[in-house]
Amino acid sequence: MLQNKRSFNTHSSSANKKPSGTAGAAGEDEDATFTQPTSSQVERSLKKLLPGQIDQKTADVVEYILVKDQKKIPIRRGDLVKHVIKEYRNVYPEIMKRVAHTFEEVFGLKLVNIDTKNQLYILINKFEAIAGGLSFSSPDPKMGLLFVILSVIFMKRGVAKEGLIWSMLGRLSIDPAKRHEKFGDVKKMVTDEFVRQRYIEYVPIPHTDPPEHNFLWGLRANVEVSKAKLLQFVAEPPDPRLLFSLFFFFSFTQITSLKLGQGHVYHCYITFFFFLF
Amino acid sequence: MSTSPTWPSGTHVVFPCCYKMNLSSVAGAPEMLLGRTRVGFQRSLDTEPRHQMDDSHRRFLQAMMRRGIVDEPTAKQLHQHCCSIQNTIYASDQFDEYIDTINSNLEPIFMQIRKGMCEDSGLQHYALVNMIETDVTRMTSDYADHELEIFRKIMDLVVDSDTGRAYSTEILNSTVTLPQKTKKTEIEQLLNRFVHDNWLTEKEGVYYLSTRCIIEMEQYIRNMYQDQIKVCRICRNIAFQTQVCENPTCGVKMHKPCMARFFRGTTEPRCPACKDVWTHEIPDDSQG
Repeated sequence: MLQNKRSFNTHSSSANKKPSGTAGAAGEDEDATFTQPTSSQVERSLKKLLPGQIDQKTADVVEYILVKDQKKIPIRRGDLVKHVIKEYRNVYPEIMKRVAHTFEEVFGLKLVNIDTKNQLYILINKFEAIAGGLSFSSPDPKMGLLFVILSVIFMKRGVAKEGLIWSMLGRLSIDPAKRHEKFGDVKKMVTDEFVRQRYIEYVPIPHTDPPEHNFLWGLRANVEVSKAKLLQFVAEPPDPRLLFSLFFFFSFTQITSLKLGQGHVYHCYITFFFFLF
Repeated sequence: MSTSPTWPSGTHVVFPCCYKMNLSSVAGAPEMLLGRTRVGFQRSLDTEPRHQMDDSHRRFLQAMMRRGIVDEPTAKQLHQHCCSIQNTIYASDQFDEYIDTINSNLEPIFMQIRKGMCEDSGLQHYALVNMIETDVTRMTSDYADHELEIFRKIMDLVVDSDTGRAYSTEILNSTVTLPQKTKKTEIEQLLNRFVHDNWLTEKEGVYYLSTRCIIEMEQYIRNMYQDQIKVCRICRNIAFQTQVCENPTCGVKMHKPCMARFFRGTTEPRCPACKDVWTHEIPDDSQG
């Protein structure tokens, strides 16, 4: 968890070139003072640089984004400019064009701006997870739980009171007040981790005491999850393997007591969903 | 039953672990590693054409990123799996070319899929590694400076030892000279973390460098230790856990699995260099 802050400070203002249109603002204000250079400005600056220099900056940015995205925290343009682009901000659009191209062509990932106001970026996968892929990527129970929560919010037309979500979890034997064997602190996972990752929004309802919140889809969920597919998933009996993956977090006894036959499992699942609404 | 639901993000890619331990941030790292030195490339960017990647290559690369390190059989399975999902042509004997295609595209961003042998089982493994270190990599270490210092001490012990091992008592003793005092329990916890994060393996209180560590850190280790590191006589690769020829004028070293393969079927094993009788116990070569 070491952030070697020394390297930021020693390198950041060592450039002789004064970037056009920006002051050396610190911290989160970096993006506020960053103005996108015009295409003619970019052209002029590009001519002054060696081709290798742009390539190396592109590599730096790709690296930075991959590392930051690992934690699923969106990348702020301001941070990117301050810590990586630095004196190359004149050619920022050109660098980002190459970065996006690299992600698509080499990794099959898309760099998406999920918040044009605050300039936040995330990486999403160009490939959808498919049933056959299960054998190579063991279903992540956290994602399964998230998926169920997103489904509930979706079925409530985009806004679900937190009480509904907690009681739904309760029916799945997940008590947010207690430590869960697979998820640990469930409340923290749902209201903090998923929120920071922009999968969910946890919005306080004004004038409520004790304070209540609503759950909404987050910016990441909006771009990553296909609502059409989700609706299909809820309405039609899914592949039983996926069904079991989804309810991975059930205890074994719960699963066996549910499963009296494939048909019965689907029935229970759909019933469960409609029960909520 | 044909609907395939979308998991929220199919797959959040986990970044190659090579960024999580950054020994260059610790004082004393050779200058060569700072800045952007391209080390160890055989292919020249300008003269060799880059092979076109298709979606099966991209899926493969994503799978590699998620796992960090895979053994050869798994890698080959993955190759087949990715080709079949994308309906691209699959030939089992084209695996090396497949990896090469991906690598030629990873070169411009200074990454590579590299191969290395597990010193215990002899199985080949593949790992995605970063070929250079920059300010960015320095930003992301999972370990504090003093913890990295301890890891470097462990590495010193491993490189020094013929059998590539570091005993927990040795490790504890070696930390005494470090500027930051660490308690015994903290060191034990740190060792557990190193094992858990797959930098070290542990057997009965003895620590070894993991296969992943060797593949990812090979450049660093070669630069750091230079002539001190052992090279296996058989496979010519960097070696830590070795057996050494007893002949004092010979001293040739071999990996255990390499030796097992070399001596397979021989009734009287002899050193490949000096021809003296090989006195060490030869492990079973179960690789067939």
